[in-house]
Amino acid sequence: MKYIGLLAIIPFIGMFLGPILHNSSTPFILGMPFILGWIVVWMLITSVTMAIIYWLDPVRLSANPDGDGR
Amino acid sequence: MSIALILIALSAVGALVLGMSARHGHKMKLEEWTVGGRGFGAILVFLLLAGEIYTTFTFLGASGYAYGLGAPAYYILAYGTLAYVISYFMLPPIWAYARRLNLVTQPDFFAAKFASPTLGVLVALVGVVALIPYLVLQFTGLGIIVEVASYGAIPKSIAVLLGAAVVSLYVIVSGVRGSAWTAVVKDILIILVAVFLGLYLPLHYQGGITAMFTALDHAKPGFLAFAATGKSLSWFISTVLLTALGFFMWPQSFAACYTARHADVFRKNAIVLPLYQLVLLFIFFVGFSAALVVPGLHGSASNMALLKVSVAAFPPVIVGIIGATGVLTALVPGSMIMMTAATLFSRNLVAAIRPGQSDDTTALIAKTLVPVVGVVAAYFAISGSSTIVALLLMGYSFVTQLFPSLICSLLRRNPATKEGAIAGIVVGVGTVVYFTLTSATIAKLLPGAPEIVRDLNVGTAALVLNILALVIVSGVTASRRAAVAAE
Repeated sequence: MKYIGLLAIIPFIGMFLGPILHNSSTPFILGMPFILGWIVVWMLITSVTMAIIYWLDPVRLSANPDGDGR
Repeated sequence: MSIALILIALSAVGALVLGMSARHGHKMKLEEWTVGGRGFGAILVFLLLAGEIYTTFTFLGASGYAYGLGAPAYYILAYGTLAYVISYFMLPPIWAYARRLNLVTQPDFFAAKFASPTLGVLVALVGVVALIPYLVLQFTGLGIIVEVASYGAIPKSIAVLLGAAVVSLYVIVSGVRGSAWTAVVKDILIILVAVFLGLYLPLHYQGGITAMFTALDHAKPGFLAFAATGKSLSWFISTVLLTALGFFMWPQSFAACYTARHADVFRKNAIVLPLYQLVLLFIFFVGFSAALVVPGLHGSASNMALLKVSVAAFPPVIVGIIGATGVLTALVPGSMIMMTAATLFSRNLVAAIRPGQSDDTTALIAKTLVPVVGVVAAYFAISGSSTIVALLLMGYSFVTQLFPSLICSLLRRNPATKEGAIAGIVVGVGTVVYFTLTSATIAKLLPGAPEIVRDLNVGTAALVLNILALVIVSGVTASRRAAVAAE
């Protein structure tokens, strides 16, 4: 899982994709205007993405997760 | 004495007592005072790093932005979230390096990584120039909150002076521990207040959140999506990216990461902080609701939206609680800023002139400077000087200019030389100053460019020039050094 960190690109793409493809207040998402609801959904997805990275992170799971002794 | 006034006074006294008692059992040597002896566990580090989210700027500014501009306010939700993604990878190596070399400030880090005391002085100057206006902003917000929530009983100037005195006292006594412990109370209060206001106001005035948005979309068509020009989609994306890069370049946030006991804290924080950021959504709801209930505030007056709608909707006891919370949102970040600014002065500017200054002397000078910084900021907040507004706009763009050389320094083989780093920062900061003084926008600079380029945040240009200078100067100096080494 050496390249698991690359998943971190997903929030950057996702956050902007909605407003780029559909810059409008409707349809509502989660009872909120489209773009606001989209961003809120992506905040949740970002958290999940970071949890997955954390779970599989080779640096964190290595013998030296604090990065000392370089 | 009204109930609102009592509650506000209680929060200030509470902050003072809690902040001062945070010292308990710790000798305030330099490392203890500035970075808590690098012994903070997950919760305190979390609150210090999250402290940046809930300042008076967000309390008044985020609601005001939503109230006055609509969709552009969304950027505040997006940039914090992406900044945390970056922090997952960036903070652990910064923390580890700082611990190994016993660094206590952000300029320390740059000076050590590039083996250049000059770069340390430059970074310290950039930091101080960015921090002072930020502190003034907190004090200005404090003055407004107290004046409104006390129904005019306490004028702005008195509130600002009392606030500065309270913060100075507990910062001198407890250092970063004072900030951390008062942050615990601040964050609990702000979550309760934000969620309550954000749910109650739309329900009371518009019949619910969706009903509020439907009404707003009807009353102001286009308000809830990005405009075709000006604060357009291109503005949104460039602003989110720039501010996300700048987020941890603030010297107080950068140094706050030194307080951690383990690097794992930052990785876990990156999972939780995007969710924590959601509380801001409720502050937006307040602003959007106020846009329908108390319309007519324009420009900087839109920052009054939250307070104005609260005074209209609630009895003094609730207004008092809101005011008390507002006071803490100014005092806690204010304390971090004051301590950091004083430490930058003492450790990275004064000590640069007086080599061999001991840590004890550095701590003493820093503590002496805390009230000085407080008085200066209080003066600007009370006088409401217009120059300070220009400086404020510059602050974020200033610290963002540190990002390129920081990232270079974290790479396995640092591609930037110290001359390159200095050149990049000087060019970037110089560009920001020039743009701010001439109130330039990219649309004005490149009138013929397509709309997508014209609306880019003007900070983008500063960052691009910064990187160009860094690359060119690093290339030249590195090859000259290689040539010298080959001879």
